[in-house]
Amino acid sequence: MNGVHDLGGMHGFGKVESEPDEPVFHAPWESRVLAMNRAMGYLGLWTIDTGRYSRETLPPHVYLGSSYYKRWELGLTNLCVQFGLIGQDELAAGHALHPAKPVQHMLTAADAPKSLSRSSFERPAIAPAKFKPGDRVRTRNINPPSHTRLPRYARGHSGVVECIRGCHVFPDAVAAGKGEDPHWLYTVVFAGRELWGEAADPSVKVSIEAWEPYLEAV
Amino acid sequence: MQLRVRALETILTEKGYVDPKALDFIIDAYETKIGPHIGAHIVAKAWTDPDFKHRLVADATAAVGSLGFAGRATHLIAVENTPRLHNMVVCTLCSCYPWEVLGLPPVWYKSAPYRSRAVIDPRCVLADFGVTLPADTEIRVWDSTAETRYLVVPMRPAGTEGWSEEKLAGLVTRDSMVGTGLARAPGAAP
Repeated sequence: MNGVHDLGGMHGFGKVESEPDEPVFHAPWESRVLAMNRAMGYLGLWTIDTGRYSRETLPPHVYLGSSYYKRWELGLTNLCVQFGLIGQDELAAGHALHPAKPVQHMLTAADAPKSLSRSSFERPAIAPAKFKPGDRVRTRNINPPSHTRLPRYARGHSGVVECIRGCHVFPDAVAAGKGEDPHWLYTVVFAGRELWGEAADPSVKVSIEAWEPYLEAV
Repeated sequence: MQLRVRALETILTEKGYVDPKALDFIIDAYETKIGPHIGAHIVAKAWTDPDFKHRLVADATAAVGSLGFAGRATHLIAVENTPRLHNMVVCTLCSCYPWEVLGLPPVWYKSAPYRSRAVIDPRCVLADFGVTLPADTEIRVWDSTAETRYLVVPMRPAGTEGWSEEKLAGLVTRDSMVGTGLARAPGAAP
C-alpha cells in the first residue's frame, strides 16, 4: 500500500538525531511490547508480514505520531482483536472476560531461547530463476492497496541484478492470506541518478531486495 | 502506556497466550546478552583472520553460526567497506535490522529522518553523524526490504597492527556496522 510507512526519499523529517549512550529500552513497557510481539508471533497465527501490515494500516497521523513501540503495541492489539484472541470489552476491562481460543505453540519459558533465532524464509524453488546476476531489469510500476515490499521510490526503474538470494516467502501474498507463494528473491542495484534524477549524487547506488514478480526484463 | 501495556499482558496471560516468564527471558536476552558487542567480535575476527573473513563474506549466517552466539542469524549478509566503497544499511519500509548480531536497533535507525533520507541523500545522513567521505568514494545503500539482514564490516583503522582481536573489538562501534559511522581510531574517545 502507498502508506506513510513507505518513507524512502521523502523530505521534511529533519536531521537524524542519535542519542548518546542510548538505553536498550526507554521504559519498561517498551520491553513488554517487544517480548509480547515475539511471543504472540510464536503462536504461528500470523507472520512477520501480517505484523508489518497491521502497523502500515494504522491511520497515517497515528503511524507518524507514535513511537516505534507504541506502533508495535497498536499493531499487536489490532491483530489480537482481528484474529479473535481478545475482545474490545476485555481491553476496556483490563482482564479476560471470555474463554481463550485454543492455540498451539505457546512460547513457554523453556522454549524462549528458541525465539531468539530467526526462522528461515527460504523455500524450495518451484521454477528456475528467471534472472541471473548481471541482468538488466526494470521494477514494475505496481500500486497495490495491500502489503508490498517494493518501495515507491524504486518502482518503474531500471537496475541490475547483483545477486540471487534464494526462493523466499512472498510478503505480498502471505499478508493477504494467500499462502506463502514463494518466489525468487534478488538484490537489484540502481544508480542514484536513475532513482532521483540527474541532480543526484553520482557516487550513490541503492539496492533493494526484489521478488521476481516485482521485476521485468529490459 | 504502562497501564495499557500491562492490561494487554494481563489479558494475554490470563487467556494462556503468553507466559510472562518467557517475556522476561526475551527482555533479559536483549538487555544483557544480545547487542553490538557480538557484531564487534565478528568484525574484529574478520580483521584478524582472513579465512574467517572469506567465510563471512561468502555466507555470514554459517560463519557467524560457527561462533556460537545465542540466536541463529538467518539470512545474514556481510558487506565489506573498502577505500573505494562505503556501505550503509537502512529499512525504509519498517525497521529491519540484524538483531542477532547488533541487538535491538537504536531509535534513530527506526526514525522517519533516517528512513526517508538514507536512500536519497546518504552523504547528508553521514554528515549528521559527523562522517565525511571522499567525494569519489562510492556509497552503497542497502534497503532491507526482505528477510535478508546486512552487517557492514568497517575498515580496520590504521595504527592497529598486531592488536589482539579483543582489543580491536573495542574500536568497532554499532554505527560503524550499520554504515553511519567508521570504526574508532586508536586513542579516540569511545
